[in-house]
Amino acid sequence: MTMAAKNLENSSDISPQTIKDSGLTIEEYDLLNAQLGRTPNPLELAITGAMWSEHCSYKSSKKWLKTLPTEAPHVIQGPGENAGVIDIGDGQAAIFKIESHNSPSFIEPFQGAATGVGGILRDVFTMGARPVANLNALRFGEPENKLTRHLLSGAVAGIGSYGNCVGVPTVGGEVNFHKAYNGNCLVNCMTVGIADTDKIFYAKAAGVGNPIVYVGSKTGRDGIGGATMSSEGFEDDADAKRPTVQVGDPFTEKLLIEACLELMAEDAIIAIQDMGAAGLTSSTVEMASKGEVGVEIDLDKIPAREENMQPHEFMLSESQERMLMVLKPGSENKARAIFEKWELDFSIIEMVTDTKNLTLTWRGETVADMPVDVIVDNAPEYDRDWVAPKPQTTIKAEDIPEPSDYADTLVKLMSCPDMASKRWIYEQYDSTVMADTFAGPGKAAAAIVRVHGTQKALAMTTDCTPRYCYADPFQGGAQAVAETYRNISATGAKPLAITNNLNFGNPERPEIMGQFVGCVGGMRNACEELEYPVISGNVSLYNETSGKGILPAPVIGGVGVMQDITKAMTLNFKAAEDTIVLIGETAGWMGSSLYLREIEGQEKGAPPPVDLATEKRHADFIRLSIEEELLTAAHDVSDGGLLCAVADMALAGNIGADLQIESNIPLHTFLFGEDQARFVVTTQNTDALLEAAAQAGVPATVIGKTNASGTLTVGTDLATDLAALRTAHEGWLPNYMEN
Amino acid sequence: MKARVHITLKNGVLDPQGKAVHNALKSLGFEGVDDVRQGKYIELQLEDSLPEDQAEEKVKQMCEKLLANTVIENFDIEIA
Amino acid sequence: MKSAVIVFPGSNCDRDAQVALRQITGQEPAMVWHTESDLPKVDLVVLPGGFSYGDYLRCGAMASHSNVMKAVKDHAEQGGLLLGICNGFQILVESHLLPGAMLTNKKLKFISRNVHLKVENRDTPFSKSITGETIRIPIANHDGCYFADDATLDQLEQNGQVVFRYCDETGAVNDNANVNGSLRNIAGICNDRKNVLGMMPHPERAVDTYHGGTDGAELFKSMVEALA
Repeated sequence: MTMAAKNLENSSDISPQTIKDSGLTIEEYDLLNAQLGRTPNPLELAITGAMWSEHCSYKSSKKWLKTLPTEAPHVIQGPGENAGVIDIGDGQAAIFKIESHNSPSFIEPFQGAATGVGGILRDVFTMGARPVANLNALRFGEPENKLTRHLLSGAVAGIGSYGNCVGVPTVGGEVNFHKAYNGNCLVNCMTVGIADTDKIFYAKAAGVGNPIVYVGSKTGRDGIGGATMSSEGFEDDADAKRPTVQVGDPFTEKLLIEACLELMAEDAIIAIQDMGAAGLTSSTVEMASKGEVGVEIDLDKIPAREENMQPHEFMLSESQERMLMVLKPGSENKARAIFEKWELDFSIIEMVTDTKNLTLTWRGETVADMPVDVIVDNAPEYDRDWVAPKPQTTIKAEDIPEPSDYADTLVKLMSCPDMASKRWIYEQYDSTVMADTFAGPGKAAAAIVRVHGTQKALAMTTDCTPRYCYADPFQGGAQAVAETYRNISATGAKPLAITNNLNFGNPERPEIMGQFVGCVGGMRNACEELEYPVISGNVSLYNETSGKGILPAPVIGGVGVMQDITKAMTLNFKAAEDTIVLIGETAGWMGSSLYLREIEGQEKGAPPPVDLATEKRHADFIRLSIEEELLTAAHDVSDGGLLCAVADMALAGNIGADLQIESNIPLHTFLFGEDQARFVVTTQNTDALLEAAAQAGVPATVIGKTNASGTLTVGTDLATDLAALRTAHEGWLPNYMEN
Repeated sequence: MKARVHITLKNGVLDPQGKAVHNALKSLGFEGVDDVRQGKYIELQLEDSLPEDQAEEKVKQMCEKLLANTVIENFDIEIA
Repeated sequence: MKSAVIVFPGSNCDRDAQVALRQITGQEPAMVWHTESDLPKVDLVVLPGGFSYGDYLRCGAMASHSNVMKAVKDHAEQGGLLLGICNGFQILVESHLLPGAMLTNKKLKFISRNVHLKVENRDTPFSKSITGETIRIPIANHDGCYFADDATLDQLEQNGQVVFRYCDETGAVNDNANVNGSLRNIAGICNDRKNVLGMMPHPERAVDTYHGGTDGAELFKSMVEALA
């Protein structure tokens, strides 16, 4: 190393400002010096700064992430690769991951969200999968906030423009509004792909002397410093950070997908890794680290979009649509021909070495040479202080006043920003390209996409209830997992695994770290009990502005599989005179409910407890009922409680319902309470369903019948026309966005 | 030598983007704008050796063949 | 019926068209790369949906000048069937194989939903076997607002070249049903000779029961029967 170090830039260039710019603290800088046994040069410091950033190193979260269950017989690859892989039978695998693009989207919503989609697509097709579905979980500030409209319209247009152009259907997701996101919107993008189990590709470099190849777009100066930016809070000066935003080119991504999949069909690739955050830096060192080898890169061979680019610009650029590969020797020409056919750049930028170092040369000189394990494995890891939030009091059902007008209350709930129809959004997403979409947005409790050329289908969803997570992180973390389990089960699919996107505030504040620790704990419990492991994920911290953190949002993306798409269950009422049955027990839990927030204007109270054994039993029962063709529709009960679930089903089918509720709890808490582990189903075979439920020990209560009159009624307490309800439900978002 | 090409929608062709900009300007309080039409601006860097009249002719052909759709668009070339 | 699907680098509905043709014709369509100069001998050529070359200038503009288009034009001139779906329709107008032009949707947004189409002319190889007054198939585009001058539009109507119009579920052709603001609610037109059809909606996404509707299949069956 001393030999190479001689050629390195003079270490006296390191000033306190250079250290600060790298994103490292003084302590971290000292740690780097100690590990290197010398002072780094500015390039090496910048590389380390990017890799030791929260975004790349998970230094605050790693300790807790390690506690999550990641294994099951059907898990082929858990966290640590570009994406997770599960076995879906018949020699096929589902590959998926969710990832945040929060701060870029806040700064430039269109490009931020578009490149978020591009990045997650690359994570998935890098592993050998053809992407088959996109979902996204979006959270914006309150509608009254002056930025909300701009961020929402930009992010949605960006997601649409990218996904629609590459030709991957956007089939689901969620959109929430809350003032806690006024200064930090959340844009979490998920991609699901399908591959053959014997054609899965990993990022582990191997074979000293093997060529390292750069493919895709050229490198420009865009996005430099993205990884460190994502690891800082905003100080109301987001405008000043604008130049670091990357620009996406979905057409090039489409070419890259096709070229990579074409090359993957040949026996040519040893390792492959996309260039995401920290670009060439992270892709090279991660490949080297996984393979326990060194890499040598000649920066003069990097295809450059701009003139006179400097080494740190090459290494830290976040130009999009680029990939790195290690090829089998002798396959270079075959690979080059494929990339040239697709008119993409292809450059051999040097090779795998046995030094275990990252060695960079530029204009004939060595400009950086440092051990890979210093940059990757020896990154600092923090055990941040944390305090559990004060438990919220449990709110008694009797303490919440009965509404004076039930119909008006239902209309208010179904047209509040979180519940109002998101049609204005999802109609901007091509949900049917690839012609395998069985149930896109709003059709079923989870999106359902056929596995091409088979009778099988995947069910997928994203869920999180941040108000629960804020009130009780542990219950909230468990609830998010359980809700995806429930949603997937309500389609008839067996939930197999999750990916998680943990969005929190500043982890250096103990109360935020307490939220994180609590949510991960709840998640761990739920994953264990439901045999539903975490196979990939992403952590986004420092989502705060001027010291105010977001509502914690550990978003869960769940995926399940069903064997027979002809049995897939949707949520719309199918016909009049079907019996409506409530599965699960109702205690009228009003704490942290949507009702409490929207009708009473209060955000408080312990959230509904999650009983995981009950969740599992009820979900298993729903799946079995679907399998035995006892049901005509199924929906889970979540935000807004039973009546909102019924209203959803009625609106989707344009078929009314007459409910008769017999209960010893106040009616409004029965209708709007958010007790967990519940489903609403319809059946034409009531006796068989009730008998099966009794045998399975699952509470099942007949609560009414569907009707042909186009009205929704609850005894004599509520009557509303579906048409009026629909106008309110579907009207809010277009009115908000277009007026 | 630079060729600057302005491409605009022909009169009579609906221009929803222009209309949206017009409405936005109005809502921001900018009075006195009668109409807004939006279009494209394309800058071509041409070889300096090309005589100016030939350059203009060449760019005109480019516009007719690819850069503009003459069913709906007009173009305007400026050589500098 | 023998068929070919043209594949541009940014086509993304090429496979969907391939699957639909395979299913309905019982024969494997030829997939023809955009750099080819010759087409195999086929009865039908499909220009599929997608973003042919990224569509950054105008949708379909660059594709209309691609190598393969010469052969596609010859195929149409010799009376072969030519179907342009979505981006394919945009390519057909940019190539002047069909009159008019395509503008950005009136609300300036991408639109993805099911639409109802009134079948205005059944005397074409693309529509002769459609049984209902209307069909329901998905639409997914950003630039699908059909434009032509009045004289051209009048001529299209007179010659029976307007094959599909956007309508509501009752079959009424009105402004509300006109999703993208197309002049005279036009969703699909053919040439005077009736062997070239361009349409914005996607029949290939409505051929199987799991698509939630099979109205699109009738369009492909029409062609098979027209050639029989």
